[in-house]
Amino acid sequence: MATLNLESNLADPDAFYEALIEMHRDLTPEQSAAANAALILLLANQVGDLAVLRAAMARARATVTTD
Amino acid sequence: MLNPLPRRTDGATGCAMADPDYQALVFPYVRSPDQDAPAPVRHPAVVVGAGPVGLAAAVDLARHGVPVLLLDEDERLSAGSRAICFAKRTLEIFDRLGCGDRMVAKGVGWKTGKVFFRDAPVYAFDLLPETGHERPAFINLQQYYVEGYLLDRARELANLEIRWRNRVIGIAPDADGVTLTVTTAEGDYRLRADWVIAADGARSTLRALLGLESRGRVFRDRFLIADVRMSAPFPAERWFWFDPPFHPGQSVLLHRQPDDVWRVDFQLGWDADPVEERKPERVIPRIRALLGEGVDFALLWVSVYTFACLRIERFRHGRVLFAGDAAHGVSPFGARGANSGIQDAENLAWKLALVLRGKAPEHLLDSYDAERVPAADENILNSTRSTDFITPKSEVSRTFRDAVLRLARDCPFARRLVNSGRLSVPATLRDSPLNTPDEEPFAGAMVPGAPATDAPVRAGGRPSWFLRHVGDTFSLVHFLGAAEAPPAALRGLAAEAAVPLRALAVALPGADPPAPGDPAVIEDAEGLLAARFDACPGTTYLLRPDQHVCARWRRLDPPRVRAALARATGHA
Repeated sequence: MATLNLESNLADPDAFYEALIEMHRDLTPEQSAAANAALILLLANQVGDLAVLRAAMARARATVTTD
Repeated sequence: MLNPLPRRTDGATGCAMADPDYQALVFPYVRSPDQDAPAPVRHPAVVVGAGPVGLAAAVDLARHGVPVLLLDEDERLSAGSRAICFAKRTLEIFDRLGCGDRMVAKGVGWKTGKVFFRDAPVYAFDLLPETGHERPAFINLQQYYVEGYLLDRARELANLEIRWRNRVIGIAPDADGVTLTVTTAEGDYRLRADWVIAADGARSTLRALLGLESRGRVFRDRFLIADVRMSAPFPAERWFWFDPPFHPGQSVLLHRQPDDVWRVDFQLGWDADPVEERKPERVIPRIRALLGEGVDFALLWVSVYTFACLRIERFRHGRVLFAGDAAHGVSPFGARGANSGIQDAENLAWKLALVLRGKAPEHLLDSYDAERVPAADENILNSTRSTDFITPKSEVSRTFRDAVLRLARDCPFARRLVNSGRLSVPATLRDSPLNTPDEEPFAGAMVPGAPATDAPVRAGGRPSWFLRHVGDTFSLVHFLGAAEAPPAALRGLAAEAAVPLRALAVALPGADPPAPGDPAVIEDAEGLLAARFDACPGTTYLLRPDQHVCARWRRLDPPRVRAALARATGHA
């Protein structure tokens, strides 16, 4: 069963991060929020595994709800 | 027979060919001899509430041979169209009750829908893409027709008595029965019931009298329903708009009904004033905005509603059994209210009939609870999810919703996320205590607990449908091999069974038309029945009186059939 991979899985992390920021260039905060939502939906479909997605969601939520 | 003929208020004379104006019928109160009896008169089954669920329960019970008393506090059928979407499974139940043909002949059949976001179509869906079913995915039919046709059916049954303007105001259950206090224009009287079916709706009096509470989520949103009569070019499809230009920020749903009547459902938001929004001067501009200028229409009925997704904890309370909206509530998105209530009624009727005839122990009725509570939870879950998509409760929820809708134009995956209502499908009673688990491998959807699916067959050389040949009693359906005669054990099992059991053999496609006989033989005309039931020669299904599968095997083995039948009737 697939688990959430917390080790580095990106061949070129810096290029990914640059592309992510670039995706939001010239967008209003509302547009950015909408684009982020679309990105999450696209990536979730790519991942497919609900258990992995739930683990990622829990992890993401914990970054803002726990000290 | 104490069913009084209805008095017409429109001055017209009755006509055998056309439907009466069911909304205009008034059913007079008639004094019952029970009101003058020295002691409360005993009735085996009393159904409270003559809505679609109560009428269906009463008709089903009466057809099973149970004398039924149906009480209603009112003197009319549904005012306004109210529930309009009746699902395939409900139509199959109506077929069994003997009024499906009228419903389907009058109703507007549909199976496709379109979803729009702002000013553009997002995608279209088909709820029944395969052929080979007698009934369509859905019909739209005003609730007063459904009630009217059920009532007409009820009036054909000599053991079904209806008392209008008989309102239950007291209920006192004990170990042997239930004492009901009923109030009428001529005072109160008491009745004894062996069993009571509470089908008295979302604001159930019986639920309140027994101190039971429905728990769940109440949604802070208001919706406007408007029925309009017009000649419109729209097809018979379900159209749903998210955030359309003619009603910005909210959703709109359009359905076609018979008689050139169209249902428009506008989301209004929580702050809308329910009294103001009902006024024609508010409603007409909203409809005009949808239809455009130059379309003539007449406003027939308007309602503003809110809703909740909730249920009572248990549906069986001793000798009182709750069904339909009295037991559970859902949002209207998905047409899961009336449809699930009719399934409650069907689930209950055959069990109660067997218990009343002494053919099954009382605890068979616990399976009503065990089967219909999970079914209600499934409906509540689907309905709640739809509601959260249609009416996002937070900014981020709306952001995701709109992102889904934008992606759905080009991305098939996102279309599966669009939720404008997951339309009613019957519950598969997977965890029912009445099921016998499979011991052999089977593929497909006809698992124990599933409602049997339909397929075209030939019977007596004529085209027919599978579901017309099963139901009301248990059915033992045995698939034959080439040129094989029905095994003697098939008829033997039916003859010896303690409960009514019909033996039915299924011949391969192209087999010579079998002569009518015992057991009955139907021909699997197109091979679809075997395909849908994953059947090969020897495969045997045990179906319940409500057409749900309760056991299946790869060969006919009498001891296993007997054990499964005992389990399905609460004897194991």
